[in-house]
Amino acid sequence: MSGLLINDISMRFDLPNGGHVQALKNVTLDIKSGELMSVLGPSGCGKTTLLNIVAGFLAPTEGTIELNGHVETGPSSERGMVFQQGALFEWMNVRDNVSFGPDMKGVSRSESKEKVEHLLEVVGLQDFKEKAIYELSGGMQQRVALARCLANDPDVILMDEPLGALDALTREKMQSLVLDLWKDTGKTIILITHSVEEALLLGERLLVMAPRPGRVHKEYRLPFAGLGVGNDLREVKKHKDYAGTREEILEMIWSMEEEIMGRTEESA
Amino acid sequence: MTGLLVLALYVGAFFGSFFIAKRVFKSAFEKKGFNRLKTVTFGDESAVTANRVASIVSIITVFWLWVAFTNSVIPLPKMPGPFSGDTSFTYTVQLEDGTTDEAKVSVRVYREDIQQTVDENGEPGREPAAIEIEPGEGFAKNDTLTIARYAFKVVNVWKNDEVSKKEGSKIITINGQPIEPGGEIKTDDGTIRLTEKGTPTFEPAKGLRMARLYLPAPEVVLQRFIWLNKEGYQGYTLFEHTRYSLQRVLLGFFFGALIGIPIGYAMGLTGWARGWFDPIVEFMRPIPPLALIPLIIIWFGIGEIGKVVLLFLAALWIMIIAARSGVSGVAISKVHAAYSLGASKWQILSKVIVPNSLPDIFTGARVAMGVCWGTVVAAELVAANVGLGKMIVTASKFQLTDIIIVGIIVIGVIGFAIEVGMRKLETWLIPWKGKV
Ligand SMILES: Nc1ncnc2c1ncn2[C@@H]1O[C@H](COP(=O)(O)OP(=O)(O)O)[C@@H](O)[C@H]1O
Ligand SMILES: [Mg+2]
Repeated sequence: MSGLLINDISMRFDLPNGGHVQALKNVTLDIKSGELMSVLGPSGCGKTTLLNIVAGFLAPTEGTIELNGHVETGPSSERGMVFQQGALFEWMNVRDNVSFGPDMKGVSRSESKEKVEHLLEVVGLQDFKEKAIYELSGGMQQRVALARCLANDPDVILMDEPLGALDALTREKMQSLVLDLWKDTGKTIILITHSVEEALLLGERLLVMAPRPGRVHKEYRLPFAGLGVGNDLREVKKHKDYAGTREEILEMIWSMEEEIMGRTEESA
Repeated sequence: MTGLLVLALYVGAFFGSFFIAKRVFKSAFEKKGFNRLKTVTFGDESAVTANRVASIVSIITVFWLWVAFTNSVIPLPKMPGPFSGDTSFTYTVQLEDGTTDEAKVSVRVYREDIQQTVDENGEPGREPAAIEIEPGEGFAKNDTLTIARYAFKVVNVWKNDEVSKKEGSKIITINGQPIEPGGEIKTDDGTIRLTEKGTPTFEPAKGLRMARLYLPAPEVVLQRFIWLNKEGYQGYTLFEHTRYSLQRVLLGFFFGALIGIPIGYAMGLTGWARGWFDPIVEFMRPIPPLALIPLIIIWFGIGEIGKVVLLFLAALWIMIIAARSGVSGVAISKVHAAYSLGASKWQILSKVIVPNSLPDIFTGARVAMGVCWGTVVAAELVAANVGLGKMIVTASKFQLTDIIIVGIIVIGVIGFAIEVGMRKLETWLIPWKGKV
């Protein structure tokens, strides 16, 4: 029973005005160990909510999360998070941020040193160990966030639009880095993104969610992530299926967005 | 009137020195660094830097105005001063039968602050002797008058005359100019008036400078500063007065922070503490600490404890609110990240919430120190045995304006030093502040 099981999750937010939002309805996903799944969907379809439930920050109104056969009810270091930005600790330098997880577990610095140094090298920050967080560029900060998460050796890495705030070029480099890390570490990764391209390039599995109520709309199994490991991602985009799949998904999301717009206009 | 003149000179100095400095110190007006490459800077606040020449001229201007409007010995251009020295005027008395006689009043005007000066032997100055005079011819005799600057005296000219007012004699001219009761004659040295009853009065010319009682000259204040450090006032030297005030502030602030910060954290972290302290904090916060002084005096007297309690209360609410907003300012993603990195609640508090709240706490500490410093002086003004406020208020009872000014300058300098020190400490302790 290795892997992450999202078992018939529903999430209902009660609003103070007496109404409620059905953020997720009957979401079931079986994610095998070592899978990289990207999640797409229009804004408000419950992606963040799903991730927060998997991370253990929210308890679903129905359903369970099982990791390697255990039902999880709160956050733990087996499920690491990488946030969009601003989740690093500015009062610590790069190295201290990365060794935060081991430090919290009481692992001595001398024991964790090797791993931390290695991770800093993997993300290309070996020369920036002593730097303060605010001295780094946005891309470098996200590298620190990745290294910090990996230092804890989690089974699952949850990423909520981790590259969303980066410029296009940095973003491309980071996408390669994510793929390489995935290949090297064999971690299970759930990656939420707004970018269809990113979802296509990074997702071995791609989940398209639909809103109101938030649910799984369509699932793809894609070859691009496998092709992209260690290769130029721009080459991958030339794959014969790439453009077609991209158009199909874009079409799908656009029509969902239009439907939302239409509905809000009606109710307005 | 003098006030308007000071204002006019000040405004004049502002603009005048601008035009002069722009010619003379061209480099101080050039844009520096990157700003040099900006083609438009008006409205771009980031391109405005304090012109150091302006700061220096500003300080010099205030100092100069201070010198110019006081009887300072400092050789700078000054306003016309009060008359000092010997002068005289003549008066003509007319009897009922029309006969007249003229006599002279010799006036000696001395410094109003003569008693506060010291001569070469270290003796305090004394009122000078009256001018020696001859009585002169005729029925009106010459008179003498000794008067301080800025003062005003009735000249009883009839005292030694052979006639008196009751017999119907009256003064008809001063310095040869005709005068009626209620009228006045101005000379360069002073003003001679006749009262409604016809008695002359003399007021030496005041000029535009202020008497020592109102505004002592800079060197007088400096001397007083030295004297206060050596001799002390009310049993304590200036240093001791300052130390007492500072000590109260530091103690009050220390306890305010010691109690306030944990309460603020508790309010940010638990609903019970928030519910418990919210009403108290919201009620106490708008009450100015000064309004508590009467109660504090009744409860604790005017000693040290009362002062420290007052300052504790002044700092407490500020520190509670600062710590509380420090907690609410922590991004939830940081807390979540720490949890999923395996941090315990205690580690969340000590490794995430406390460091994250430091910038807010420091801002609060700066405000609290400022408020405490203002409050301690005010509290000492009301009641204290020692302290800068006490020194000032006692000096004001004896009209020792120079001590008051020394006190005010020390208060200002220390308040400024506290602010600068706190800022330095802040950039040193919290280098990430404002950079994320
Ligand atoms: N704490 C909450 N209370 C009420 N409604 C919420 C809450 N969190 C999310 N929602 C609602 O749930 C829906 C899904 O939100 P979210 O998961 O953030 O969407 P996404 O990340 O896909 O943009 C939205 O309609 C949002 O308004
Ligand atoms: Mg979201």
